[in-house]
Amino acid sequence: MIPERKFLVSPGPHLWKGLSVSKIMYRVVIALMFPTGAAIYFFGYRALSVIGVSVAAAVVTEYVCKRLRNRAFVMDGSAVVTGILLGLVLPPTIPLWMAAIGSIFAIGIVKEAFGGLGHNIFNPALGGRAFMSVSFSMQMTTWVKPMGFTADAITSATPLSESFVWQADKLSLYQAMFMGNTAGSLGETSALLIIIGGIFLLARGIINWRIPAVYIGMVALMAAALGQDPLFYILSGGLMLGAFFMATDYVTSPLTNRGKIVFAVALGVLTVMIRHFGGMPEGVCYSILFMNAITPLIDRFIKVRPYGLVKKVARGG
Amino acid sequence: MKNLGIRLKKKGTPYGVKVPESKLTAKNQIEPAPLPEKVIIPLHQNIGAPCEAVVNKGDKVLTGQKIGDSDKFVNAPVHATISGEISGTTMVVNPPTAQLVEALVVTSDGADEWVKLEPPQNPEALSVKEILDRVRGAGLVGLGGAAFPTHVKLSPPKDVRIDTVILNGCECEPYITSDHRVMLEYGEKVLSGLNIIKKVLSPDSIYIAIEDNKEDAIDHMEELIVAMGFKEDFKIIPLKSKYPMGAEKILTKMILGREVPIGGLPLHVGVVVHNVSTAKAIHDAVVEGKPFVERVVTVTGAVKNPKNLLVRFGTPLRSLIDYCGGIDGKANEVILGGPMMGFSQFDLDFPVIKGTNGIIVKESTPIREQDCISCGKCIEVCPTYLMPTLLARYAKAGRYDECQQAYIDDCFECGACAYTCPANIPIVQYIKVAKRELAKRAVKK
Repeated sequence: MIPERKFLVSPGPHLWKGLSVSKIMYRVVIALMFPTGAAIYFFGYRALSVIGVSVAAAVVTEYVCKRLRNRAFVMDGSAVVTGILLGLVLPPTIPLWMAAIGSIFAIGIVKEAFGGLGHNIFNPALGGRAFMSVSFSMQMTTWVKPMGFTADAITSATPLSESFVWQADKLSLYQAMFMGNTAGSLGETSALLIIIGGIFLLARGIINWRIPAVYIGMVALMAAALGQDPLFYILSGGLMLGAFFMATDYVTSPLTNRGKIVFAVALGVLTVMIRHFGGMPEGVCYSILFMNAITPLIDRFIKVRPYGLVKKVARGG
Repeated sequence: MKNLGIRLKKKGTPYGVKVPESKLTAKNQIEPAPLPEKVIIPLHQNIGAPCEAVVNKGDKVLTGQKIGDSDKFVNAPVHATISGEISGTTMVVNPPTAQLVEALVVTSDGADEWVKLEPPQNPEALSVKEILDRVRGAGLVGLGGAAFPTHVKLSPPKDVRIDTVILNGCECEPYITSDHRVMLEYGEKVLSGLNIIKKVLSPDSIYIAIEDNKEDAIDHMEELIVAMGFKEDFKIIPLKSKYPMGAEKILTKMILGREVPIGGLPLHVGVVVHNVSTAKAIHDAVVEGKPFVERVVTVTGAVKNPKNLLVRFGTPLRSLIDYCGGIDGKANEVILGGPMMGFSQFDLDFPVIKGTNGIIVKESTPIREQDCISCGKCIEVCPTYLMPTLLARYAKAGRYDECQQAYIDDCFECGACAYTCPANIPIVQYIKVAKRELAKRAVKK
């Protein structure tokens, strides 16, 4: 006989794949370890401290906001992702308190003030960076040569600056940019390790290939159309990190595959426009933020055609 | 593999989900379950009208004797599944509709004395009308889960021509192996039943759809088709295993590229889909004159000895689970049907009904719903190309009109979305609520 026991009654399906939000977030964290590793290799203690402060501030802010809003705090990893991403897009010499302020703004204002994970309009890390760019414009545009764990930082221009000069041949420039041995934001310089992290996310089914592929492809295409060097365009600045880790943010990118393609094409066009015609050397951050704002519109107009919508006439013999 | 010209090219779909199959009983032969001391026969086991009891309390009944019927067309009568006495009535919850329905209780006399069967002298000579009368008289309903009366499906409206019949042996639900075993052990009857369907509907082509996780069933059916001389008539289409491949709408699209219109039926695009177990039951009803009193049910999951059982309708779940060695460990959920679309039960006294293809016992933990992170995974897997996250969002906010504008009627609640959802949103539950509210509104108007 079966002993009496209480049965759980729930609607179907009674199975779950088990890929939870926090599992996804921690997989993104694992993928981010590749560019973070590059940041530490090239910028040493500075990288460790900036990213560390940014992550700590993000998690603490998330906790405080949840308490203030009377919601349960879940360590779902999304604040960690935001913290690492913000750290990666900051210059190595940024004062640590500024990194903390940026991180607090990213989580407190850009994310939690809008309702928390799932409700934010803008990518929190990029929102934080934009806030810091206008607040601390000097510190946010001071760049140093990769110095590893040595103490002395020598200011230098990034490849995107007008004052940038490369002494050797072009091939060695590409090599340096691909490996990450140039001045720039902590985690943006090494295309190689960002791509490895991105491939990890693609292979684990976390991100959809459409956004990074179309975005990067579109930048190359636009650059070529404007008579610029496409390879230089895709290797410089924050494009790689933005394309794989920021533009693919679920919450702030369109739902449908077609919507994602429209989103990525527009990102490519905007990024090149800002870089080429705008007053700023880099356009990845602002083009993604701009397209984040457009995402609800894309989702409104680009839908999936449901099965059986086109009514077919019953077939006669 | 020798090419007999019966097996067509394998097809697959990028939609749907890969679910761990857990087909524990794929190799277990069908065995008859012991006859219960009493059976509970709900008077409403099909889509359509309920039956009225045609016997009274205290009446003696024989196995296979009709005890409930209706004069409505969309209905199938119910029969006593053991011999004995009508000992009373009770109320049970009909799982798909969650409504209370009346049920007759038959207490066994232990004899299992059958009514006199009347097999036709010459099954070949039966007219279409005689076949349909026999199918209805036997109380046949579709055995894939929806329990739509079979004679209705075999009587398309006059202005519709059915050019294709699909015999569905996909069994894409995890755990369940009843159709699989029926194909292996009653393959001749399945094909004979399919031949009867062919006679009734006279379609141009007939396909048998089987998922490629049942390679043995594909081989077996192929051999039988040759042996029984159906080589010209029946073709087998192997399909790549993916849930919900076995849904009518998906099969129609996969095999013929035709989409069933929203709110319509496959017959609106000239297609009728029957389940393999239904075909076997059609054979039993038409050729052997047997009323529909038993079916193969997979009892599996967290029971000591999972089995494929031949079960009389009305047998309480408790006795079947006991027969399989009882519940193992801390399992706390009993599901009637597959784990994706089945219905969990709160009470083991509930009987096996015509639509029950499996009983699954499993351990479940309550989940915590999080906010949608707009990952779009539900959209990627939806086999009817809907945007489940939007449906759930609208339903949650009570914006049912918007659900309708987002084609909620197209959803057949397969659950691929909720299975995938990282935020654990019970999307199907929200969709069911919205559909029910919309149906209520439609009645008011």
